[in-house]
Amino acid sequence: MHVTMSVNGEDVAKDIEPRTLLVHFIRDDLGLTGTHWGCDTSNCGTCVVSLDGTPVKSCTVLAAMADGHAVRTVEGLETAGTLDPIQQGFIEEHGLQCGFCTPGMLITGRELLDRNPHPTELEIREAISGQICRCTGYATIVRAIQWAADHPAGAAAVEQETVQS
Amino acid sequence: MTLVEEPLVGAEHGRLHDHNPAAADADRPIGFGRLQRKEDPRFIRGQGRYTDDVVLPGMLHGAILRAPVAHARIVSIDTSEALSRPGVRAVLTGKDLEPLKLAWIPTLSYDVQAVLATDKVRFQGQEVAFVIADDRYAARDALESIVVDYDVLPPVVDLRHALDADAPVIRDDIEGRADNHIADWECGDEAATRAVFAAADVVVAQEIVYPRVHPAPMETCGAVADFNAVSGELTLYETSQAPHAHRTIIAMVSGIPEHKIHLISPDIGGGFGNKVGIYPGYVLAIVGSIVTGHPVKWMEDRSENLMSTSFARDYIMQGEIAATKDGRLLGIRANVLADHGAFNGTAQPTKYPAGFFNLFPGSYTWDAVYGKVTSVYTNKAPGGVAYACSFRVTEASYFVERMIDRLALELKMDPAELRLKNFIRPEQFPYDNKAGFEYDSGQYEKTMRHAMGLIGYDQLRQEQVEKRARGELMGIGISFFTEGVGAGPRKHMDILGLGMADGAELRIHPTGKAVVRISVQSQGQAHETTFAQIVAEEIGIPPEDIEVVHGDTDRTPFGLGTYGSRSTPVSGAAVALVTRKVRDKARLIAAAMLETRPEDLEWAKGRWFVKGDPTASRTIQEIAMAAHGTMELPDGVDGNLDAEVTYDPPNLTYPYGAYFCVTDIDRGTGKVTVRRFLAVDDCGTRINPMVIEGQVHGGLTDGVGMALMEIIEFDPEGNNLGGSFMDYLIPTAMEVPDWETGFTVTPSPHHPIGAKGIGESATVGSPAAIVNSVIDALSPLGVTGIDMPCTPGRVWDAMQGHATPPI
Repeated sequence: MHVTMSVNGEDVAKDIEPRTLLVHFIRDDLGLTGTHWGCDTSNCGTCVVSLDGTPVKSCTVLAAMADGHAVRTVEGLETAGTLDPIQQGFIEEHGLQCGFCTPGMLITGRELLDRNPHPTELEIREAISGQICRCTGYATIVRAIQWAADHPAGAAAVEQETVQS
Repeated sequence: MTLVEEPLVGAEHGRLHDHNPAAADADRPIGFGRLQRKEDPRFIRGQGRYTDDVVLPGMLHGAILRAPVAHARIVSIDTSEALSRPGVRAVLTGKDLEPLKLAWIPTLSYDVQAVLATDKVRFQGQEVAFVIADDRYAARDALESIVVDYDVLPPVVDLRHALDADAPVIRDDIEGRADNHIADWECGDEAATRAVFAAADVVVAQEIVYPRVHPAPMETCGAVADFNAVSGELTLYETSQAPHAHRTIIAMVSGIPEHKIHLISPDIGGGFGNKVGIYPGYVLAIVGSIVTGHPVKWMEDRSENLMSTSFARDYIMQGEIAATKDGRLLGIRANVLADHGAFNGTAQPTKYPAGFFNLFPGSYTWDAVYGKVTSVYTNKAPGGVAYACSFRVTEASYFVERMIDRLALELKMDPAELRLKNFIRPEQFPYDNKAGFEYDSGQYEKTMRHAMGLIGYDQLRQEQVEKRARGELMGIGISFFTEGVGAGPRKHMDILGLGMADGAELRIHPTGKAVVRISVQSQGQAHETTFAQIVAEEIGIPPEDIEVVHGDTDRTPFGLGTYGSRSTPVSGAAVALVTRKVRDKARLIAAAMLETRPEDLEWAKGRWFVKGDPTASRTIQEIAMAAHGTMELPDGVDGNLDAEVTYDPPNLTYPYGAYFCVTDIDRGTGKVTVRRFLAVDDCGTRINPMVIEGQVHGGLTDGVGMALMEIIEFDPEGNNLGGSFMDYLIPTAMEVPDWETGFTVTPSPHHPIGAKGIGESATVGSPAAIVNSVIDALSPLGVTGIDMPCTPGRVWDAMQGHATPPI
């Protein structure tokens, strides 16, 4: 079957098997390997992407279901050479180790801040509770998302603070 | 010894209390200290390159058909329909591998394991056939078309009955084998311990079960094999924690000469020991590439990962402890039954079939100790290496810390006081632990008291008294662990005859930038950052100017790899020493440049200068240019600023820590909540405190998982009941607290920079603290013991007076 969708702001059109999972479409057909495959049961969340602004587990979404919709992956977070504050936050607060769960965590963190710019610690923990990280113990991921909430302009804001001080 | 500039005692909790400078910041350390990770920029952009991201021209995909039952004789396998399916290139069975002598391969413990079953299947999930097809969907589809006729046999599931006279013999492939016994091992002094127990005031016995768990890294295991029939070269991308050891073993197994094998272990999505073993899937990808003439990718799915690759633990430990009435420890005995699954595939050094279980005397002085481990075959997946493997240190530490608390309960003594009374004292190091290991250094009482102060131990006990008066269940659990990490020395420790040592090569380019090549492999531990910091500390080149190369056998020196927290203790030492070697060479060149004698020069970080005249100096960058320039070099000095070493550690390093866990238990449901957890670690010299904190946090979460929810169980037929993340539960952000950490610094006396390993400390130390806390909470109900995992149902049973072991 033929699908067309917007991925990270670019229109893509492909002929695919109807049963193709979105995660495989993104990884194998589009070559965007930042989205990962970690389980088959919607439990781990390494495959989380944004579908029309909502985080979804792309291992349990058919590519056909994304037909006509807008997908955003980790590769779409950086704009014009500037990191999204959520990406900067993960660096600042050591929110990642092996990096395998990180793209999904970043997408979920971005979506949380879009709908709730000043989340509490509990709200952050709830937002990422459908995703597993085996390395960090989550505290630094929570801090990373808090950093992004505190620095909506990202690294530029940090430089500004430094200049002012 | 390098000076440690940061405080020797401290605490860390919460966000932004500490600045983590970036490499470009002026205040970034040139050496040890907080520094953002060099690997982060690629990972936060989705630019990591993991094994499944590798795509080669013409690449095919493999999928494995696995046994549906735990024990059965294979009557026949019919692959004809599968072969006729669209997109299928080949289907391999054990019969196809026999002429290649690849149906069986050696395990890391001198046993053999089947690559594809030829005679019997011996655990559910065992590899039976391998399909190679154009894409992963076609390969999976074809598995459905393979018809296997099994003659089902009774399985051995309960390891307590594996040695019964009428137990089915699992390994009838081994000639003369008439039972399921693998090995017996002992340490300590049996007779002396018996005498100590006979004369003791108090003796307490307790069975302690450490059930089977799984490392379950977020990235499963896999490989991409690319065999070039013309050149005879094999390029193998593999999820490997030990690329060099894997290459050597694959050369021995496959017959492909070692110099024709290029093993690349790219970014690894977590290892935890799961990626130490050599799995049938790796071998099948290689054979598949040889057979089809195409590159072949094999990536296991989550169920395959949980059901067939290395599990961890599976120890039933009978413990006995002897003491005086006033709480002086006299003797400890451990008698262990170990489930090794269907093939003996643990990755222990040859002389240590029970790993480093020798650490079971823990952090205390005893008059006598004795330990015995008996390992058996069962119809379960092989392994036993994995999950912060630490060579059975995890089991040993959990054992002794549970036993100490059991004794405290018997003596009605505070468990902190009992520990303080019996710690090995600083002046007793190096300390012979009476079970064969010599601890290098420790200040146990200091660390313990620091932790008690940080957590507010006395106030917590007061709070507990008040809560108990109201009928609430609050527990305070302690664990004080001592680990032994950083295996070798090579004369004592090996994997399949390969001595445990690690190489390092350092090259300073003419412009003063450097590349250091190491034999260990990061699975998230930040080697690219911390190893650059070691070079920076030793030679003064900023970390951003140092490239760390790892994970590629063509580009790195030989060494045994990353597991058992051995990267910093062994490879970190190699990097420090190779840098000093370069520094010494730089001194000779600097002396020529300054027209003076080398002995007249003094080192300040980054430059050699003339004693008494700091203005007469040459920076390491200037020396690098001169080494490659036109200047006449001193006799015996060749024209580069490079060096290489192989480091053979004289002993393990012995990190330790004091862990405190506060739990609340819901009286109505048995649900355990970890309210607070404090980890105070001493890993010697601290290279990057930010990275250390991250390593500790991750291990603590592993501990919560094992203590409260993780277990691989089997039904009586041998069906694996933990084969997906819906059944094998792993903590999310909702099950863990905001970790509290602290530290003391007791450098290792034999390590070049005084560092000890830290990667597994929290996984080793935390489960006992949590379970001891649960038992402490339940003790008013008469509970004296409960085994992991402390799920609501199991805690509820314990509250009703019938705590049962999980296996």
